Amino acid sequence: MLELKHVTKTFNKGTVNEKVALDDISLTLEDGDFVTVIGGNGAGKSTMLNMISGVYPVDRGQIVLDGNDITHLSEPKRARYLGRVFQDPMLGTAADMQIEENLALAARRGQRRGLSWNVTREERELFRERLASLGLGLEDRMGDKVGLLSGGQRQALTLLMATIKQPDVLLLDEHTAALDPKTAKLVLGITERIVGDAHLTTLMVTHNMHDAIRLGNRLIMMDTGRIIYDVRGEEKARLTVPELLQKFEEASGGELDNDRMLLG
Amino acid sequence: MLLALQGAVSQGILWGVMTLGVYITFKLLDIADMSVDGTLALGGCVCAVAVTGGMDPKLALLLALLAGAAAGGVTGILHAAFDIPSILAGILTMISLWSINLHIMGKSNVPLLAHPTIFSQFAAATGLSQTMATTVIGLVIAVVLVALLYWFFGTEIGAALRATGNNEHMVRALGVDTRMTKLLALMISNGLAGFAGGLVCQSQKYADIGMGTGTIVIGLAAIVIGEVLGQLTPGKLRSFGSRLVAAVVGTVIYFLIRAIVLQMGMDANDMKLLSAIIVAVALSIPVLVGRARTRALWSKGGEV
Repeated sequence: MLELKHVTKTFNKGTVNEKVALDDISLTLEDGDFVTVIGGNGAGKSTMLNMISGVYPVDRGQIVLDGNDITHLSEPKRARYLGRVFQDPMLGTAADMQIEENLALAARRGQRRGLSWNVTREERELFRERLASLGLGLEDRMGDKVGLLSGGQRQALTLLMATIKQPDVLLLDEHTAALDPKTAKLVLGITERIVGDAHLTTLMVTHNMHDAIRLGNRLIMMDTGRIIYDVRGEEKARLTVPELLQKFEEASGGELDNDRMLLG
Repeated sequence: MLLALQGAVSQGILWGVMTLGVYITFKLLDIADMSVDGTLALGGCVCAVAVTGGMDPKLALLLALLAGAAAGGVTGILHAAFDIPSILAGILTMISLWSINLHIMGKSNVPLLAHPTIFSQFAAATGLSQTMATTVIGLVIAVVLVALLYWFFGTEIGAALRATGNNEHMVRALGVDTRMTKLLALMISNGLAGFAGGLVCQSQKYADIGMGTGTIVIGLAAIVIGEVLGQLTPGKLRSFGSRLVAAVVGTVIYFLIRAIVLQMGMDANDMKLLSAIIVAVALSIPVLVGRARTRALWSKGGEV
């Protein structure tokens, strides 16, 4: 269970560029929750994920994971609990290293690293199996440098890396936004399968309202650093895109402004 | 001339140890670490003082390595813990080592005179000439170091270190503190530079305060030469192990070039200028080629 308690973050405090990115956010994710997050530009979606993963320190509030207060843990220390996939496919993988080396680095997420071999023989079998499940033919290219892969392949690999050691929470930050529609669909399909198979607690930021409704069991909408709409279960499943847009206008008193938003 | 070339090969191998260190920071972490200028001299000074003080020359080399690693640790802390840009952190360490090295030696030059070195001991034991003994020992050390580094960078820690130079973002997300990996890389790199300083000191039988000046440029030039050679060979030397070997071979070739141009009458003081030009040209060419390719791709459009 992941709890955000009154988390607040202001960037550039005391300057003309002061921006309240998160305004007293409280949110509880039950185990197995698959939550999609939508919102306009600068709503605080990515900031919320970055706060959970410890990229920046919070100004106020607490982040509690399975009863442990992780508010003050550094980013690398928190990594043992979290699987992360970023928007930029380049950010999730090491281009000059082999596919299997990348997977091996990820398989030791949050563990003490020593002087044993980075890639072991037993692991190689596991990697081959998991890569084969992606259906991209990467299982026959385990010795290839990741830099040779396409953006979609890299993002699928990152997804596998984020989950090869089961995370307590999977954080997906618009991880299909930089891909072309066909590849995005493919990566999203892989996401659904991986999350479903392992019942991962997942927080997925997306700009695609259709996906936000279709995937997961809960949807939250953010605006100017606040959660303005939170819906789950049956009620969420019955949502339509026009309803969602209307909810946004009601709650925020303005039009949804997201230059990437797809109405799908 | 032949004698000069033989000497160049043996010197090149010893300096190649330093190049391995520079390879770690420059190629793996993309840091041009100026501290090696200071740590190579530090290794030489520490070694000279230890040997003249009666220490076993092998132990003195170990001491030189540890001293270099400690100084590299200072650069690492300045850079990783206090966010000082790597180039400036290296300069600060390099400058402070100038004073520290003078304190260690008490003067600007310490000759080893009749004190034994690992090379003289080996020459005496085998009956080889001093140059041959230096070459043989240098080769053994270089092979062992390349093997050790190859092993290390295949381990969990080593792979995390390589990944740090590739994608810090990812490495942190996977739970590795990139400050620690950078610190470790700088310590290994400067440890190797210090070790090389000790070797050079024992082979030339003196340590000098100025012996490290321009080390980083020699290291970079050697790496560049090694890379060019790699491009010329059929397999293009893509594997990690062969790149390490190329770094050492590049250093040997650098010293061969140096010996040849000196024989041809070039002023020894111009060698630093030549080295800098080699590095500057080698780093500029890929940029210029890239621009030219982009320009060549342009077409006017309209009718085809």
